[in-house]
Amino acid sequence: MEGHLNLTLKIWRQKNASVAGKFETYQVSGISTDMSFLEMIDVLNNRLIEEGDDPVAFDHDCREGICGMCSMYINGRPHGPNRGVTTCQLHMRSFQDGETITVEPWRASAFPVIKDLVVNRSAFDRIIAAGGFVSVNTGNAQDANNLPIPKENADEAFAAAACIGCGACVAACKNASAMLFTSAKVSQLALLPQGQVEAASRAQAMVAQMDEEGFGACSNTGACEAECPKGISIENIARMNREYFSATFSSK
Amino acid sequence: MTKLDAKIPEGALADKWTKYRSSVSLVNPANKRSLEIIVVGSGLAGASAAASLAELGYKVKVFCFQDSPRRAHSIAAQGGINAAKNYQNDGDSVYRLFYDTIKGGDYRAREANVHRLSEVSGNIIDQCVAQGVPFAREYGGLLSNRSFGGTQVQRTFYAAGQTGQQLLLGAYSALQRQVGMGNVKMYTRHEMLDVVTIDGKARGIIARDSVTGALERHFGHAVLLCTGGYGNVFYLSTNAMGSNVTAAWKAHKKGAYFANPCYTQIHPTCIPVSGDHQSKLTLMSESLRNDGRIWVPKKQNDNRKANEIPEDERDYYLERRYPAFGNLVPRDIASRAAKERCDAGYGVGTSKMAVYLDYAAAIIRYGKGEANKNNMHNPSDEEIQAMGKAVVKEKYGNLFDMYKQITGEDPYEVPMRIYPAVHYTMGGLWVDYNLMTTVPGLYALGEANFSDHGANRLGASALMQGLADGYFVIPYTIGAYLASEIRTPAMSTDSEDFVAAEKAVRDRLETLMNIKGSKPVDYFHKRLGKIMWDECGMARSAEGLKASIKEIQALQKEFWSDVKIPGEIDNLNPELEKAGRVADFLELGELMCIDALDRNESCGGHFRTEYQTEDGEALRDDENYAYVAAWEYEKQSSFKLHKEELKYENIKIAQRSYK
Repeated sequence: MEGHLNLTLKIWRQKNASVAGKFETYQVSGISTDMSFLEMIDVLNNRLIEEGDDPVAFDHDCREGICGMCSMYINGRPHGPNRGVTTCQLHMRSFQDGETITVEPWRASAFPVIKDLVVNRSAFDRIIAAGGFVSVNTGNAQDANNLPIPKENADEAFAAAACIGCGACVAACKNASAMLFTSAKVSQLALLPQGQVEAASRAQAMVAQMDEEGFGACSNTGACEAECPKGISIENIARMNREYFSATFSSK
Repeated sequence: MTKLDAKIPEGALADKWTKYRSSVSLVNPANKRSLEIIVVGSGLAGASAAASLAELGYKVKVFCFQDSPRRAHSIAAQGGINAAKNYQNDGDSVYRLFYDTIKGGDYRAREANVHRLSEVSGNIIDQCVAQGVPFAREYGGLLSNRSFGGTQVQRTFYAAGQTGQQLLLGAYSALQRQVGMGNVKMYTRHEMLDVVTIDGKARGIIARDSVTGALERHFGHAVLLCTGGYGNVFYLSTNAMGSNVTAAWKAHKKGAYFANPCYTQIHPTCIPVSGDHQSKLTLMSESLRNDGRIWVPKKQNDNRKANEIPEDERDYYLERRYPAFGNLVPRDIASRAAKERCDAGYGVGTSKMAVYLDYAAAIIRYGKGEANKNNMHNPSDEEIQAMGKAVVKEKYGNLFDMYKQITGEDPYEVPMRIYPAVHYTMGGLWVDYNLMTTVPGLYALGEANFSDHGANRLGASALMQGLADGYFVIPYTIGAYLASEIRTPAMSTDSEDFVAAEKAVRDRLETLMNIKGSKPVDYFHKRLGKIMWDECGMARSAEGLKASIKEIQALQKEFWSDVKIPGEIDNLNPELEKAGRVADFLELGELMCIDALDRNESCGGHFRTEYQTEDGEALRDDENYAYVAAWEYEKQSSFKLHKEELKYENIKIAQRSYK
């Protein structure tokens, strides 16, 4: 049932990439427990506008947990306290009346802050551009059912492909590693016959780009998997490592 | 009145596209390298078009307002994509998909376009599989299909409840491949704020870099708008927060006609509004109507819990009214039926503006099926429940989780509460057979155009159309225009026209910032949305529409004198972006009401209360309204109607019946 909360918010404010940021404290009251976390921020922002202040900038778009745009680090966890949900699907019923909530942007040198809670995640696009595809031009395809694929493989590829590219894995990792993100795409394509032709070169190219972007190394802590809103498995990292090492040892 | 030439090729319907694409002008590879194309929007239509055109050798620039092209709202499409593959051997064919789409659109779509869409539908599936899109498969390794509303065959391909995501990521990967090869230059966090026309042709755009606020001029030999629909004119919709009409509206004001703006799709199965704080609505995929049964209590104002209402006191009103299609009637019909029950006092939940979507019967049916498969004799009720829930979880798990997350209720135990919400807009920029608008060189693809869905879109057809336009139509049809542009060198963006266009954009932004009124943008957007939902939503009347037009005009004035935009013009400023979009929605909303008022009939998503049959079905007027209404912008609040007559040479038009 609907209830109402009074909350203290400590939110990271930073005008742009070139100035230092700091936490500001705000009080909000009468927050419905049926609201999403972002709707709670909307309430705060409309009040800030009416009071003549600059509202909190944050990334968001679909608000149904699939576009991967929302990115808040809430009480020390990417996308907040609940497992398997993005910030837009986090509802205020997960919080207690009187609670203090700390909200920060993703922290990683490869994700520089643009303003307040908004960060630049274009490094992910460049990793995909380095090799996260099957090299097939439009119009070359054979009939889709000419290539039967075992259901288990298709399901496993789908599970890896469910990544929404939000960057929570990087934000959760003490090394700011992008291994879970990168390995999810490598795995999806390596698990399917269409992707196997380029499996080796793909793994090498994507890992090289990942390193170039300044993401850290993987030390197998598993925080990425625990915080991933889409339940992407850490097994993908093992699969990518296999692809990568076999490619490295067999490359000419 | 100008005659609208749709440029439909001559010949028999089934041969038009094959003949046309074999005879349309070509551009040789060397010339392609010096032709530049601007693509605005990176959803299914934009990403697939940009990738395919870059593969052909054109120089492509892509713009999106999000931080990555992968965020475009196509990503949120759940249920599936139609294709006339007939893999199920259930009698499907290109003709049948064509027929279902025309009928589903209530005989208000163009035959030639829809047939072409149906012809290329199979190629889309082939292409996506080749890219590594992980569609659902059967144990034999072949692709799986499911049913969708408005059809009696199984032709919908899917990837759990995330089909749009998987298709978009396929198109995105093709796009990023071209970005990596240097054939596409990507501009993220950029919003198109005007089309630049020179000597009557589209020659580029003005875009604003959202991070720095800088305005940029970009030249293109052709400009493709792949900017989606305008459902957010209603404030609450299933669209993403950023989805907007701005690009299409700017094009409209530069001479592109806007077609059938009043055709909007209200989707029957969405999670109901929970309060004033609501910022958007969430769809529960139509695929849920495959197995779920929709009902309300037979008694008015019944306050019992769903599980306390016995079977014989439930009204499965869709099965009762439409026995042939049952719960799988098209969206417009299912939505109106839900509204009718709720208005009559049979609604459920605290707001009484909801109906039940119930999985109890499906869970038992699947549970018994599993017991048979596993040779279990006399399984207990608990075993049946557990096995049935496992099957439902595999098919619809992510949707059930989402429902639980949003409402706090477990749909495996209690029926879901659903209510219709704005979902898709069939109207859009008028385009000819080549997908070109009335401005030469300016194209519209995907939901941004009006072309294929008539007055009502069938489920799983939006993904099909977006990808058809991008992968398989525009790569051919753009040749018809660009072949005559090979002698046009890339133009300098320092020309008078570009400078003037940029100045107009800057002036408007400064005007907005300088209003310094008292109300945030959302205040105006919510008020517009309420007018639109009440008077131009599921039911419309001449009286209500006339009043709405006046109300919207007054709201426009109020907006331009009292909106308050904080922050700076030269920094990331989401409120300024929103203000520009809402200003355009305020003008579009007026045109939608004008169009709805002009159309004195009911068809598809457009239901005028004055025009209905005795049993409350839509009453079309084919004699007087079998036309596309294409509106030309003259000046503020003044639009001129042009009509494209719709001719049905291959389908006998009839009253649409799903009974």
